[in-house]
Amino acid sequence: MGAPALAPAANAGADDLALRLDGVTVTFDTDHGLLTALQDISLSVRSGEFLTMLGPSGCGKSTLLRTVADLLPVSGGTVSVIGRPASEARRARQISFVFQDATLMPWLSVIDNIRLPLEVGRGNGAIIEAPVPAEELLAMVGLKGRERALPHELSGGMRQRVAIARALICHPKILLMDEPFGALDEIKRDQLNVELLRIWQETGTTILFVTHSIPEAVFLGQRVLMLAANPGRVREVVDIDLPYPRDLALRDQPEFIERAAHLRQVLETC
Amino acid sequence: MAVVDQQEAAADTTAARREKVKQRKAKTWRDRWPPLAAVVGILVLWELIVVGFEVPTFIAPGPGEVVATMVERWPMLMMNLWPTALESLAGFALGNTIAVLIAVGFVHSRLAERAFYPIAVFINTIPIIAIAPILVLIFGNGFTPKIIIAALICFFPTLVNVTRGLKAVNPATLELMHVLSASRWEVLMRVRLPSSLPFLFAALKIASTTCVIGAIVGEWIGSNVGLGALIIEATYNFRSPLLYATVILAASLAVVLFTIVTLLERRLIRWKVDAAAV
Ligand SMILES: Nc1ncnc2c1ncn2[C@@H]1O[C@H](COP(=O)(O)OP(=O)(O)O)[C@@H](O)[C@H]1O
Ligand SMILES: [Mg+2]
Repeated sequence: MGAPALAPAANAGADDLALRLDGVTVTFDTDHGLLTALQDISLSVRSGEFLTMLGPSGCGKSTLLRTVADLLPVSGGTVSVIGRPASEARRARQISFVFQDATLMPWLSVIDNIRLPLEVGRGNGAIIEAPVPAEELLAMVGLKGRERALPHELSGGMRQRVAIARALICHPKILLMDEPFGALDEIKRDQLNVELLRIWQETGTTILFVTHSIPEAVFLGQRVLMLAANPGRVREVVDIDLPYPRDLALRDQPEFIERAAHLRQVLETC
Repeated sequence: MAVVDQQEAAADTTAARREKVKQRKAKTWRDRWPPLAAVVGILVLWELIVVGFEVPTFIAPGPGEVVATMVERWPMLMMNLWPTALESLAGFALGNTIAVLIAVGFVHSRLAERAFYPIAVFINTIPIIAIAPILVLIFGNGFTPKIIIAALICFFPTLVNVTRGLKAVNPATLELMHVLSASRWEVLMRVRLPSSLPFLFAALKIASTTCVIGAIVGEWIGSNVGLGALIIEATYNFRSPLLYATVILAASLAVVLFTIVTLLERRLIRWKVDAAAV
């Protein structure tokens, strides 16, 4: 499967940090006064790691991802992505974001949607070099032959594949995914989970993946970051020491069920 | 055996396709004959009433007379059509261009929107019939006041629609553009303007008929060329067949403009609006 253009950098040592948060606090100025969405979050994510995030609704998972993507300013603490401020990493196209909505441009074909990151941002200092050929990405997400299709001609799952391909075109060091499969039915979601793991192993990119689903969190992640609400804070970080490649049958195994049960217990106290 | 099956299947599909085309043609005809029959029926009824009750021509001419006048006076009618068509088109272009530019300004500055939106609403509430004499006084008898009136009548619906369209962008799409470090200009050109096109065309369809109304109203006051002037002249001289022929021509002008806008919309907007959020 080795696509040379997508191979991870050879010099990526195990102790490289893709992401480091130090005492990050994020507050919102709302009509009812200050709201602390995240309080004193400290976290390190290794380069190439797959980290899933789980927590009750409103505990700050999206806020955390948006802070890392430089979409929100921090009120305290520091965020460093690949050893630099998030805004610099963003301009260097080292950060990619996949939202719950595929956020495709309805008037652009699949291939033009995938190439959008190559078309914009230079005026604001974006550095765009040696992108992955769009055709290669199409094959990787299983959409070969659909390059000229418009988004409304695709199913929800296919649109999300296009969004993933678009996110990968500039070799991101860190891929932020906010409930990307949350709107899909269970069969599509399972299928895309398997494919996402394959893509992760092919590209070697770091993934932060927010989900509502305990099985999804266990199936995908090397670690699960569990957040508690009001204010949003780290409740527990759980290691999922199950070997890759993982397939769907794993979810019926006792070691999987045991870990899922543990997460459920922790989640009840969040 | 399998090969035969396949060939049969292929033959089936071409036959099925031909059948489908035939069905579609039949369907178009089924859709079209009721309005056509209604139009013909109304024309016949109109002619019968005019002839049967011996209605004087100056009150209401029959369709036969109107058509005869149209043929007879065709060169003169054309001479008056062109000024009206030019004023309508120029007003359409001017009014809609200004409306789009102001809408873009509104989307980028809340202050500008707060300051100028009430003025736009106020201008819209003045009846066009009441503004027309004022503009004729200011700009004289030439094309200018008619173009401005046509532009004014187009302006407001387009301003409102395009402002809404430019704002109707999925917030996540804007976040995506920020992660891509896109500039405001890039967001405008690559997200806001394309996604406002369906809203723009909804407004342009309205404008394509109202701009003709604007030009004609302008010509009612102080003009001796154009369909508007012809309508006034024919009315005062009780030349009813000419009046009817002029009105039909004015309506045809609006229909042509509307059709051009509709065809352009079909060319430009190939995507489904409801998929915009996904
Ligand atoms: N832009 C905002 N302005 C005000 N409050 C916000 C904003 N974004 C999020 N919040 C609040 O911050 C908290 C965390 O939100 P979010 O990160 O979306 O939670 P999650 O993704 O875990 O469901 C919630 O209480 C939410 O209401
Ligand atoms: Mg969320």
